[in-house]
Amino acid sequence: MRVLVLAGGLSYEREVSLRSGRRILDALLSAGVDAAMRDVDASLLPVIDIEAPDAIIIALHGSAGEDGSLQGILELASAPYVGAGARSARLAWDKPSAKAVLGGAGIDTPDWVTLPHERFTELGAKAVLDRVVTRLGLPLMVKPAQGGSGLGATVVRAAADLPAAMVACFAYHSTALVESYIEGADIAVTVVDLGEGPIALPAVEIVARDGVYDYAARYTSGLTTWHTPARLSDGVAAAAAKVALEAHTALGLGDLSRIDMIVAADGTPYVLEASVAPGMTDTSLVPMALSAAGLDLGQTMAVLAERAAARRR
Amino acid sequence: MVTGTTLDDYTDRYARRVRGMTTSEIRALFSVASRPEVVSLAGGSPYVAALPLDAVGAMLGELGSVDGTTTLQYGIGQGDPGLRERICEVMTLSGIDVTNGASPDDVVVTVGGQQALDLIARVFIDPGDVVLAEGPSYVGALGVFQAAEADVVHVAMDGDGIIPEALEAAIAAVAAAGKRAKFLYTVPAYQNPAGVTLTNQRRDLLLAICERAGLLVVEDDPYGLLGFDTDPLPALRSRSRDNVIYVSTFSKTFAPGLRVGWILAPHAVREKLVIASEAQILCPSAFAQAAVSAYIEKMPWQQQLKTFRETYRERRDAALSALTDLMPDGTTWTVPAGGFYIWLTLPTGLHSKEMLPRAIAERVAYVPGTGFYADGSGAAHLRLSYCFPAPDRIREGVRRLGTVIEQEVALRSTFGLA
Repeated sequence: MRVLVLAGGLSYEREVSLRSGRRILDALLSAGVDAAMRDVDASLLPVIDIEAPDAIIIALHGSAGEDGSLQGILELASAPYVGAGARSARLAWDKPSAKAVLGGAGIDTPDWVTLPHERFTELGAKAVLDRVVTRLGLPLMVKPAQGGSGLGATVVRAAADLPAAMVACFAYHSTALVESYIEGADIAVTVVDLGEGPIALPAVEIVARDGVYDYAARYTSGLTTWHTPARLSDGVAAAAAKVALEAHTALGLGDLSRIDMIVAADGTPYVLEASVAPGMTDTSLVPMALSAAGLDLGQTMAVLAERAAARRR
Repeated sequence: MVTGTTLDDYTDRYARRVRGMTTSEIRALFSVASRPEVVSLAGGSPYVAALPLDAVGAMLGELGSVDGTTTLQYGIGQGDPGLRERICEVMTLSGIDVTNGASPDDVVVTVGGQQALDLIARVFIDPGDVVLAEGPSYVGALGVFQAAEADVVHVAMDGDGIIPEALEAAIAAVAAAGKRAKFLYTVPAYQNPAGVTLTNQRRDLLLAICERAGLLVVEDDPYGLLGFDTDPLPALRSRSRDNVIYVSTFSKTFAPGLRVGWILAPHAVREKLVIASEAQILCPSAFAQAAVSAYIEKMPWQQQLKTFRETYRERRDAALSALTDLMPDGTTWTVPAGGFYIWLTLPTGLHSKEMLPRAIAERVAYVPGTGFYADGSGAAHLRLSYCFPAPDRIREGVRRLGTVIEQEVALRSTFGLA
């Protein structure tokens, strides 16, 4: 079997993607899999036509690999790939759409409103933001409707700070998702399907040293403490695992996903978002979860690649 | 079992000076800027394609095949004597010569200008010492001073370089705080990032002020030979033999890949610099030094300098004309007479660092002004480099930037932040 890992791409998460791709590649090679890595550019489709890899692993973060478009193009090229299909990836990528689906499936997610920047121009920023604060209260989480790695995300604790947070968010995307900010334990649950249906791996709990899990905290060793498994009671851990599987299923995801949640003080897990091409760097959550579950990254990715190849056959 | 890890077992063992070192989202954004779709007005990479690469390549080949027993061997810590002679020849173009005491004996060859700055910091700075520097100042120097745990105090500039009154005020303020500045770090010609040049008159004033205050001057002069309109102004070092430490490099006039720079220092200081350099790198690369020597001896380097100047002047003109045509109201910029950089001031209320993701999305990159101040101020400014992209790409980059600024003005206005 020959596997092609796609990494890089033209998104803000390019550097992270290259690190993820390199880690997956090394793990595959260590597991004895014939694998190569390449960036996404004009030579990609001709290369896929000529080399016809048995499976493609998408380690592209941000829109380049998570908005479903690349998945759709690979489907057009009849190239088998690991992970969610184009439509499901697109759904998960757009956070408000994903939250709507999750809410419809009875899964708890923080109360929210979606605000394209044009609405503020039309209706006046103050009038809109006043209602946001009245309706959702404080604190709030402001983040781009699409995107990852904490880029453009701000926790707003005072109404006066909301306009600046909106502008910072709109620098990354034209639509903002404003959510009630729920205080609690930040956890991420990896869901993987190795052939016998999706299973939830041990949750990883994230404790950022400075309280904010921003870009620096995510990718600088030493700034964040990760607890695997998360410091949850057995009952809450089981509830979180169940919710993660429900979210994975409700969104139609496949092979591998990471469901980010916050566990409120009363033990209720709230789903924040789902990632279809989760980070695989040295400080990423999925490799930690795999390790806690006793699974080898290379062998796991090899099994997922085999499954993708088999789907074509 | 509950386990917690920071994935860094060394946290408690790091030196104090590296604790602030973190991955930043700016780096993430710049990783995209390297893609060909993006017009990068960010990096200060010289246009080395303007070199006669075939001839340079043949010359480098000979250095290995003919002279390999010396060029692939260790050298001496101070640098190759022959190269130090050549460096003195180059410095005569900046007015530094035997009449003001320039001697190959007082030249220390370094691994680019960056090692030169690091050596000077090692020799002069104790933690907590004050260094004066232009505001804004070269980001690489600020990094060196931060690593040396210096306290950088910026001195305001205008279109004529450092403002003498501001320098006097800064010296007085440092003294009033019970401290003494160790030196003034300045890039007087075609400054990075501001693109401005210290005028002749101010050069004399600055030296007089520093001498009165017992303040050394570290003159960093990478761009001095890259003036577009006039001969280079005589360097500060040409006017003061004992109070100026002069730093320059072949990175902008020949090839940054060779990493060859130098320091010309008063004799006593030179001794310390050599010992510090030996402790740091043992000796600079013999091969790289031989390459620079051969380039100066055998190739028409002054003609090549002219080619570089013409190339960069054309690009500077393209950038300035695009800025004039395409920038929204409220945006201003400096007009460099040489070097690589334009310093742009945004319309009121805009923040260059916060705006960067929008610029990258529009496929244009710049360096936010915040990197050029030790305290992270400078958000109202950004640096544009015109040295690398072709003129039509520069214009396209400026067009995209203009659109981004217009969008940002509108957005901030919507939220009452303008």
